[in-house]
Amino acid sequence: MLEDASYLTSRLDEAIGWARKYSIFQYPFVTACCGMEYMSAAASHYDMDRFGAGFPRFSPRQADCLLVVGTISHKLAPVLRRIYEQMPQPKWVVAFGVCTCTGGFYNDYATVMGIDTIVPVDLYIPGCPPRPETVLQGLMLLQEKIQKTGGSFR
Amino acid sequence: MRGERRDVPAERNHEELLALKAEGYNMLVDLTCVDYLSQNKTPRFDVIYRLMKFGLSDGKDLGRVEIHCTTGEAPVLRSVKDLWPVADWLEREVWDMFGVQFSDRPDIKRLLMYEEFVGHPLRKDYPIAKRQPLIGPKDGAKADSPSFNILKPTVTGE
Repeated sequence: MLEDASYLTSRLDEAIGWARKYSIFQYPFVTACCGMEYMSAAASHYDMDRFGAGFPRFSPRQADCLLVVGTISHKLAPVLRRIYEQMPQPKWVVAFGVCTCTGGFYNDYATVMGIDTIVPVDLYIPGCPPRPETVLQGLMLLQEKIQKTGGSFR
Repeated sequence: MRGERRDVPAERNHEELLALKAEGYNMLVDLTCVDYLSQNKTPRFDVIYRLMKFGLSDGKDLGRVEIHCTTGEAPVLRSVKDLWPVADWLEREVWDMFGVQFSDRPDIKRLLMYEEFVGHPLRKDYPIAKRQPLIGPKDGAKADSPSFNILKPTVTGE
Protein backbone atom coordinates (compact mmCIF):
# COMPACT_ATOMS: atom_id res chain seq x y z
CA MET A 1 0.00 0.00 0.00
CA LEU A 2 2.76 2.43 1.05
CA GLU A 3 4.90 1.41 -1.89
CA ASP A 4 2.02 2.12 -4.21
CA ALA A 5 1.69 5.64 -2.80
CA SER A 6 5.40 6.45 -3.27
CA TYR A 7 5.24 5.02 -6.79
CA LEU A 8 2.32 7.31 -7.51
CA THR A 9 4.01 10.48 -6.15
CA SER A 10 7.24 9.78 -7.98
CA ARG A 11 5.30 9.34 -11.24
CA LEU A 12 3.48 12.59 -10.46
CA ASP A 13 6.79 14.45 -9.86
CA GLU A 14 8.04 13.14 -13.16
CA ALA A 15 4.93 14.40 -14.95
CA ILE A 16 5.19 17.82 -13.31
CA GLY A 17 8.90 18.02 -14.12
CA TRP A 18 8.16 17.11 -17.73
CA ALA A 19 5.55 19.88 -17.90
CA ARG A 20 7.84 22.41 -16.22
CA LYS A 21 10.85 21.82 -18.41
CA TYR A 22 8.89 22.57 -21.58
CA SER A 23 7.41 25.80 -20.25
CA ILE A 24 10.37 27.91 -19.13
CA PHE A 25 9.26 31.49 -18.51
CA GLN A 26 12.55 33.35 -18.71
CA TYR A 27 13.42 36.76 -17.40
CA PRO A 28 16.40 38.11 -19.40
CA PHE A 29 18.49 40.41 -17.18
CA VAL A 30 20.51 41.85 -20.06
CA THR A 31 23.29 44.31 -19.25
CA ALA A 32 25.93 43.95 -21.95
CA CYS A 33 26.99 42.61 -25.34
CA CYS A 34 25.92 39.02 -24.53
CA GLY A 35 22.41 40.37 -25.05
CA MET A 36 23.00 40.36 -28.80
CA GLU A 37 23.83 36.67 -28.69
CA TYR A 38 20.81 36.04 -26.49
CA MET A 39 18.58 37.80 -29.04
CA SER A 40 20.01 35.71 -31.83
CA ALA A 41 19.43 32.51 -29.85
CA ALA A 42 15.88 33.57 -29.01
CA ALA A 43 14.90 34.77 -32.50
CA SER A 44 13.58 32.66 -35.34
CA HIS A 45 16.86 31.31 -36.75
CA TYR A 46 17.97 29.38 -33.63
CA ASP A 47 14.48 29.50 -32.14
CA MET A 48 14.49 28.90 -28.39
CA ASP A 49 10.74 28.38 -28.69
CA ARG A 50 11.40 24.81 -29.85
CA PHE A 51 12.34 24.07 -26.24
CA GLY A 52 9.31 25.75 -24.78
CA ALA A 53 11.30 28.82 -23.76
CA GLY A 54 10.08 31.23 -26.36
CA PHE A 55 8.32 33.71 -24.17
CA PRO A 56 10.53 36.16 -22.26
CA ARG A 57 8.60 37.88 -19.47
CA PHE A 58 9.72 41.36 -18.53
CA SER A 59 8.55 41.10 -14.96
CA PRO A 60 10.41 38.82 -12.53
CA ARG A 61 7.09 38.04 -10.82
CA GLN A 62 5.92 36.16 -13.91
CA ALA A 63 9.16 34.29 -14.58
CA ASP A 64 10.78 31.13 -13.28
CA CYS A 65 14.17 31.24 -15.02
CA LEU A 66 16.50 34.20 -14.46
CA LEU A 67 18.91 34.59 -17.37
CA VAL A 68 21.73 36.89 -16.25
CA VAL A 69 23.18 38.07 -19.55
CA GLY A 70 26.22 40.33 -19.32
CA THR A 71 28.66 41.89 -16.89
CA ILE A 72 27.34 42.67 -13.40
CA SER A 73 29.00 45.52 -11.50
CA HIS A 74 29.05 45.89 -7.74
CA LYS A 75 26.73 48.85 -8.05
CA LEU A 76 24.14 46.68 -9.82
CA ALA A 77 24.52 43.64 -7.55
CA PRO A 78 21.78 44.59 -5.03
CA VAL A 79 19.37 45.13 -7.94
CA LEU A 80 20.06 41.66 -9.31
CA ARG A 81 19.57 40.14 -5.86
CA ARG A 82 16.23 41.92 -5.48
CA ILE A 83 15.08 40.71 -8.90
CA TYR A 84 15.99 37.16 -7.89
CA GLU A 85 14.02 37.44 -4.68
CA GLN A 86 10.95 38.78 -6.49
CA MET A 87 10.67 35.63 -8.60
CA PRO A 88 8.17 33.00 -7.44
CA GLN A 89 9.27 29.48 -6.54
CA PRO A 90 10.43 27.20 -8.07
CA LYS A 91 13.12 29.20 -9.86
CA TRP A 92 16.36 28.65 -11.72
CA VAL A 93 19.27 30.96 -12.49
CA VAL A 94 21.45 30.78 -15.60
CA ALA A 95 24.79 32.61 -15.78
CA PHE A 96 25.02 33.52 -19.45
CA GLY A 97 28.51 34.42 -20.67
CA VAL A 98 31.88 34.31 -18.97
CA CYS A 99 31.46 37.67 -17.20
CA THR A 100 28.60 36.31 -15.14
CA CYS A 101 30.40 33.00 -14.54
CA THR A 102 33.72 34.35 -13.24
CA GLY A 103 33.99 38.06 -14.02
CA GLY A 104 35.57 37.25 -17.37
CA PHE A 105 38.43 39.44 -18.47
CA TYR A 106 37.43 42.10 -15.96
CA ASN A 107 39.59 41.96 -12.85
CA ASP A 108 38.99 45.36 -11.33
CA TYR A 109 37.32 47.42 -8.63
CA ALA A 110 33.94 47.60 -10.39
CA THR A 111 32.99 44.09 -11.52
CA VAL A 112 31.44 41.22 -9.57
CA MET A 113 33.71 38.18 -9.83
CA GLY A 114 30.96 35.74 -10.77
CA ILE A 115 27.30 36.17 -9.91
CA ASP A 116 27.40 33.05 -7.72
CA THR A 117 28.60 35.40 -4.98
CA ILE A 118 25.20 37.16 -5.18
CA VAL A 119 22.59 34.58 -6.25
CA PRO A 120 22.67 30.78 -6.42
CA VAL A 121 23.41 29.66 -9.99
CA ASP A 122 22.03 26.48 -11.60
CA LEU A 123 23.78 26.57 -14.94
CA TYR A 124 26.91 28.26 -16.26
CA ILE A 125 27.15 28.99 -19.99
CA PRO A 126 30.73 30.11 -20.76
CA GLY A 127 31.84 32.02 -23.83
CA CYS A 128 32.56 35.62 -24.71
CA PRO A 129 29.85 35.75 -25.88
CA PRO A 130 28.55 32.14 -26.09
CA ARG A 131 27.42 31.03 -29.52
CA PRO A 132 23.71 30.22 -29.87
CA GLU A 133 24.54 26.52 -30.12
CA THR A 134 26.18 26.73 -26.69
CA VAL A 135 23.11 28.50 -25.35
CA LEU A 136 20.80 25.82 -26.72
CA GLN A 137 22.95 23.05 -25.24
CA GLY A 138 22.83 24.90 -21.93
CA LEU A 139 19.07 25.17 -22.20
CA MET A 140 18.77 21.43 -22.74
CA LEU A 141 21.00 20.76 -19.73
CA LEU A 142 18.78 23.08 -17.69
CA GLN A 143 15.73 21.12 -18.83
CA GLU A 144 17.39 17.93 -17.60
CA LYS A 145 18.03 19.61 -14.27
CA ILE A 146 14.43 20.85 -14.05
CA GLN A 147 13.17 17.33 -14.79
CA LYS A 148 15.29 15.91 -11.98
CA THR A 149 14.98 18.63 -9.32
CA GLY A 150 11.80 20.45 -10.34
CA GLY A 151 10.00 19.89 -7.06
CA SER A 152 12.73 21.22 -4.76
CA PHE A 153 12.18 24.75 -3.55
CA ARG A 154 14.85 26.99 -2.01
CA MET B 1 45.39 66.85 -31.43
CA ARG B 2 44.73 70.11 -33.19
CA GLY B 3 45.08 73.32 -31.20
CA GLU B 4 47.64 74.47 -28.73
CA ARG B 5 48.47 73.44 -25.19
CA ARG B 6 48.61 75.91 -22.34
CA ASP B 7 49.78 75.39 -18.78
CA VAL B 8 47.83 77.24 -16.13
CA PRO B 9 48.46 77.30 -12.36
CA ALA B 10 45.74 75.26 -10.66
CA GLU B 11 44.74 78.06 -8.30
CA ARG B 12 44.01 80.34 -11.26
CA ASN B 13 42.02 77.85 -13.36
CA HIS B 14 38.69 79.66 -13.13
CA GLU B 15 40.06 83.08 -14.15
CA GLU B 16 41.98 81.68 -17.13
CA LEU B 17 39.03 79.61 -18.31
CA LEU B 18 36.70 82.58 -17.92
CA ALA B 19 39.04 84.63 -20.16
CA LEU B 20 39.10 81.81 -22.73
CA LYS B 21 35.33 81.62 -22.72
CA ALA B 22 35.18 85.35 -23.37
CA GLU B 23 37.61 84.75 -26.25
CA GLY B 24 35.02 82.51 -27.90
CA TYR B 25 35.65 78.99 -26.58
CA ASN B 26 31.98 78.19 -26.03
CA MET B 27 32.27 74.41 -25.59
CA LEU B 28 33.98 72.29 -22.95
CA VAL B 29 34.82 69.11 -24.84
CA ASP B 30 36.36 67.18 -21.96
CA LEU B 31 37.56 67.55 -18.42
CA THR B 32 39.79 64.78 -17.16
CA CYS B 33 42.79 64.01 -15.01
CA VAL B 34 46.04 62.03 -15.19
CA ASP B 35 47.83 60.53 -12.20
CA TYR B 36 51.62 60.53 -12.78
CA LEU B 37 52.50 58.69 -9.57
CA SER B 38 54.13 55.75 -11.38
CA GLN B 39 56.33 58.14 -13.42
CA ASN B 40 57.46 59.99 -10.27
CA LYS B 41 56.57 63.44 -11.56
CA THR B 42 56.51 65.97 -8.74
CA PRO B 43 53.16 67.66 -9.30
CA ARG B 44 51.37 64.35 -9.22
CA PHE B 45 48.05 65.19 -10.86
CA ASP B 46 47.36 66.90 -14.17
CA VAL B 47 43.80 68.17 -14.59
CA ILE B 48 43.05 68.76 -18.26
CA TYR B 49 40.36 70.96 -19.80
CA ARG B 50 39.81 70.70 -23.55
CA LEU B 51 37.96 73.61 -25.10
CA MET B 52 36.58 74.21 -28.56
CA LYS B 53 35.22 77.14 -30.52
CA PHE B 54 32.01 75.81 -31.99
CA GLY B 55 30.66 77.88 -34.87
CA LEU B 56 27.04 78.44 -33.89
CA SER B 57 25.94 79.46 -37.40
CA ASP B 58 27.60 76.73 -39.46
CA GLY B 59 28.61 74.11 -36.88
CA LYS B 60 32.28 74.32 -37.83
CA ASP B 61 35.25 73.67 -35.57
CA LEU B 62 36.88 77.11 -35.28
CA GLY B 63 39.77 76.17 -33.01
CA ARG B 64 40.73 74.16 -29.98
CA VAL B 65 42.91 74.56 -26.92
CA GLU B 66 44.02 72.22 -24.14
CA ILE B 67 44.51 73.62 -20.62
CA HIS B 68 46.74 71.69 -18.19
CA CYS B 69 46.60 72.40 -14.46
CA THR B 70 49.25 70.42 -12.57
CA THR B 71 48.62 69.98 -8.87
CA GLY B 72 50.17 68.00 -6.05
CA GLU B 73 48.64 65.66 -3.47
CA ALA B 74 45.06 66.50 -2.39
CA PRO B 75 44.28 68.67 -5.41
CA VAL B 76 41.74 71.46 -5.00
CA LEU B 77 40.49 73.50 -7.96
CA ARG B 78 37.66 75.90 -8.55
CA SER B 79 34.57 74.60 -10.27
CA VAL B 80 33.80 75.81 -13.80
CA LYS B 81 30.20 74.62 -13.62
CA ASP B 82 29.06 78.24 -13.96
CA LEU B 83 30.91 78.66 -17.28
CA TRP B 84 29.94 75.40 -18.98
CA PRO B 85 27.07 73.42 -17.36
CA VAL B 86 28.53 70.17 -18.76
CA ALA B 87 31.35 70.53 -16.24
CA ASP B 88 28.91 69.45 -13.52
CA TRP B 89 29.06 65.73 -14.34
CA LEU B 90 32.65 65.84 -15.59
CA GLU B 91 33.77 67.28 -12.26
CA ARG B 92 31.77 64.63 -10.43
CA GLU B 93 33.56 61.96 -12.46
CA VAL B 94 37.01 63.46 -11.83
CA TRP B 95 36.19 63.62 -8.12
CA ASP B 96 34.92 60.03 -8.15
CA MET B 97 37.86 58.52 -10.00
CA PHE B 98 40.80 60.71 -8.89
CA GLY B 99 39.68 62.56 -5.75
CA VAL B 100 40.16 66.01 -7.26
CA GLN B 101 38.24 68.43 -5.04
CA PHE B 102 36.41 71.54 -6.15
CA SER B 103 36.46 74.28 -3.55
CA ASP B 104 32.99 75.67 -4.26
CA ARG B 105 31.38 72.21 -4.41
CA PRO B 106 31.88 70.84 -0.89
CA ASP B 107 29.09 68.23 -1.10
CA ILE B 108 29.94 66.87 -4.55
CA LYS B 109 28.50 63.40 -5.28
CA ARG B 110 30.17 60.44 -6.93
CA LEU B 111 29.11 59.90 -10.53
CA LEU B 112 29.97 56.28 -11.34
CA MET B 113 30.75 54.44 -8.11
CA TYR B 114 28.26 53.87 -5.31
CA GLU B 115 28.08 56.11 -2.26
CA GLU B 116 29.53 53.45 0.06
CA PHE B 117 32.70 53.14 -2.02
CA VAL B 118 35.83 54.25 -0.17
CA GLY B 119 38.72 55.76 -2.10
CA HIS B 120 39.27 56.79 -5.70
CA PRO B 121 39.86 53.81 -7.99
CA LEU B 122 41.84 55.41 -10.82
CA ARG B 123 44.54 56.75 -8.50
CA LYS B 124 47.67 54.75 -9.09
CA ASP B 125 48.02 53.97 -5.39
CA TYR B 126 44.58 52.33 -5.22
CA PRO B 127 45.36 48.60 -4.75
CA ILE B 128 44.53 46.80 -7.98
CA ALA B 129 43.19 43.74 -6.13
CA LYS B 130 41.05 45.67 -3.65
CA ARG B 131 37.35 44.76 -3.76
CA GLN B 132 34.47 46.56 -2.06
CA PRO B 133 31.32 44.52 -2.79
CA LEU B 134 28.00 46.03 -1.73
CA ILE B 135 26.45 42.63 -1.03
CA GLY B 136 27.90 39.18 -0.76
CA PRO B 137 29.83 37.07 1.71
CA LYS B 138 33.13 38.42 3.00
CA ASP B 139 34.97 35.19 2.34
CA GLY B 140 33.89 34.98 -1.30
CA ALA B 141 31.70 31.94 -0.65
CA LYS B 142 28.84 31.00 -2.97
CA ALA B 143 25.49 32.71 -2.60
CA ASP B 144 23.70 29.60 -1.29
CA SER B 145 26.28 29.10 1.47
CA PRO B 146 25.04 29.54 5.08
CA SER B 147 27.39 32.49 5.65
CA PHE B 148 25.59 34.56 3.05
CA ASN B 149 23.51 37.30 4.61
CA ILE B 150 21.84 39.77 2.29
CA LEU B 151 20.05 41.67 5.02
CA LYS B 152 23.33 43.18 6.14
CA PRO B 153 25.22 44.65 3.21
CA THR B 154 28.90 44.18 3.89
CA VAL B 155 31.65 46.43 2.64
CA THR B 156 34.89 44.53 2.56
CA GLY B 157 38.27 45.88 1.67
CA GLU B 158 41.63 44.28 0.90
